[in-house]
Amino acid sequence: MNRSTAAVQVRSPLLEEEQWLGRMMLAPAVIYIAALVGFPFLLAIYYSLSDATVGSQALHFVGFRNFQRILENSIFWTSLRNALVFTFVSQLLVVILGKILAMALYQDFRGKWLVRFLILLPWVAPISLGSIGWLWIFDPVYSIINWAGQASGLFGPATWPIWLGQPNLAMASVIMVDVWRLLPLATVIILAGLSSIPQDIHDAAQVDGAGFWRHLVYINIPLVMPIMLVALLFGIVFTFTDMIVIYVLTRGGPYDTTQVIASYAYFTGIQGGDLAEGAAISLFLFPLLVAAAIFLLTLAKRTEVT
Amino acid sequence: MQMLKNIGGRIGHFGIIAAFTAFTAFPFYWMLITTFKQTNDLINVKNNPFLYNMPPTLENLRILFFDTQYMIWLLNTLGVGVLVVMITLLLAVPAGYSLARLAGRWGQQLAIGIFLTYLIPPTILFIPFSRIISNLGLQDSLWSLVLVYPSFTVPFCTWLMMGFFKSVPKDIEEAAMIDGLSRFGAFLKVVVPISSAGILTVIIFTLTLVMQEFVYALTFITSSSQLTVSIGVPTFLVRGDVYFWGSLMGACLIVSIPIAILYNFFVDRFVAGFTVGAIK
Repeated sequence: MNRSTAAVQVRSPLLEEEQWLGRMMLAPAVIYIAALVGFPFLLAIYYSLSDATVGSQALHFVGFRNFQRILENSIFWTSLRNALVFTFVSQLLVVILGKILAMALYQDFRGKWLVRFLILLPWVAPISLGSIGWLWIFDPVYSIINWAGQASGLFGPATWPIWLGQPNLAMASVIMVDVWRLLPLATVIILAGLSSIPQDIHDAAQVDGAGFWRHLVYINIPLVMPIMLVALLFGIVFTFTDMIVIYVLTRGGPYDTTQVIASYAYFTGIQGGDLAEGAAISLFLFPLLVAAAIFLLTLAKRTEVT
Repeated sequence: MQMLKNIGGRIGHFGIIAAFTAFTAFPFYWMLITTFKQTNDLINVKNNPFLYNMPPTLENLRILFFDTQYMIWLLNTLGVGVLVVMITLLLAVPAGYSLARLAGRWGQQLAIGIFLTYLIPPTILFIPFSRIISNLGLQDSLWSLVLVYPSFTVPFCTWLMMGFFKSVPKDIEEAAMIDGLSRFGAFLKVVVPISSAGILTVIIFTLTLVMQEFVYALTFITSSSQLTVSIGVPTFLVRGDVYFWGSLMGACLIVSIPIAILYNFFVDRFVAGFTVGAIK
């Protein structure tokens, strides 16, 4: 008893010094983040309640007028619906395809390094440049998809889809590009989850005579679930807030059928010069992201098997 | 029977891998083909687009490097990248160490707080930033990017380094401290040198994040000599109705391939950075 209190007394100044050092080492990063994420975020809220424009420095508080105007604006509702469809459909595809691909990559085979390299390309290449590649693939005159469709007889002689020019096709095209871009990230995250399943569990299942599907349903899916939900969360954050694919491929067109909240906020706030309304539009992203994060992280905790 | 099943399985496996690889890599293959094609070959709809109907040419790359500002954009990107890497290292490495070793309970909460900055993406911040940047007199300047980019590289890299430092055995620093070094001295002289792999990872990822960034550069910068490559190519090379597809595809390919190769060496660490924090 005596000895242990003595030990505490000797250690405590050192401990205090360490605590102080810890704070000093953490402070610069925290201050930077507070100044460059926290402060502009508060400013975004402030702008959304004001009449700020690009042209003038004058600023008046106008209450919820911007939000009121947005809620009466049909393009906003179209953008919200498009963003939800864009995110939901692409992430559904990404999770399913990512799981299949991760299971295929989990096995060892020759040339795995090269395959992994080719599969990672879309995620690593700057998105705006990858999207330019797709712009060329979807070109109204020289589209390679159309050429191949015609040459193989898959498309009839009169079939010549304008991928980015027809409303439904345009949405399908941007979804495809988003899947293309996020599939690699989901795959490597799920692959990491698969690799962390202890080998004895697989062995035990084999001894018990579990076939492929039973193995999938009772071992592979539940054990990878938490990490899959994390992959899904990142996918949702990246897709729901993304405007790059849409900016490069369609600029929200044709007739706003691919307009999403992020691109609409840009066109209103920066190109249109209405900072206040742009800020208000983009703020709608935040509660939806928070809800998605809480939901998925809770679910990830709950499904965790230990 | 068993053998047949095995062979069937292997063909199925190969088929899945081949289909996915074709999907992910095709646009890059297509960029490669297009880069070396003569324009007259590209725009002749009667030609088979998979083949070189006219001899391959380097003309598209010559135009790209000598008749456009592509080289300037590459240098701009690299310059911003190097400065952002330095800021990120200075902030994220000590912060990661502090969260891994020195901070107690409040550190864990702070770590989660840093993680949550992912929920406030550039798409929410670019509007207030446009005003902040112009009030600072940084509009249309690469310095605006140097200032703002660490706001998304620092959180990610702090997490990455925190995970990395947690895997360094504590005895190493304790031995150094018994030898008379202070805690901070042990961090600088012992922990940082053995963490060079983690630091290298931070460097690579910061560089790729800088190359990828689009929204801020699009908002802050208007003159073409100040652009980074991810904005310059889609806004200044794609203009009006005349598309120089050969040069465009070359521009995309030249940037994408080297980063992809670098990245491939570090992908496992990158995944750890995403997942370590989110679970537990």
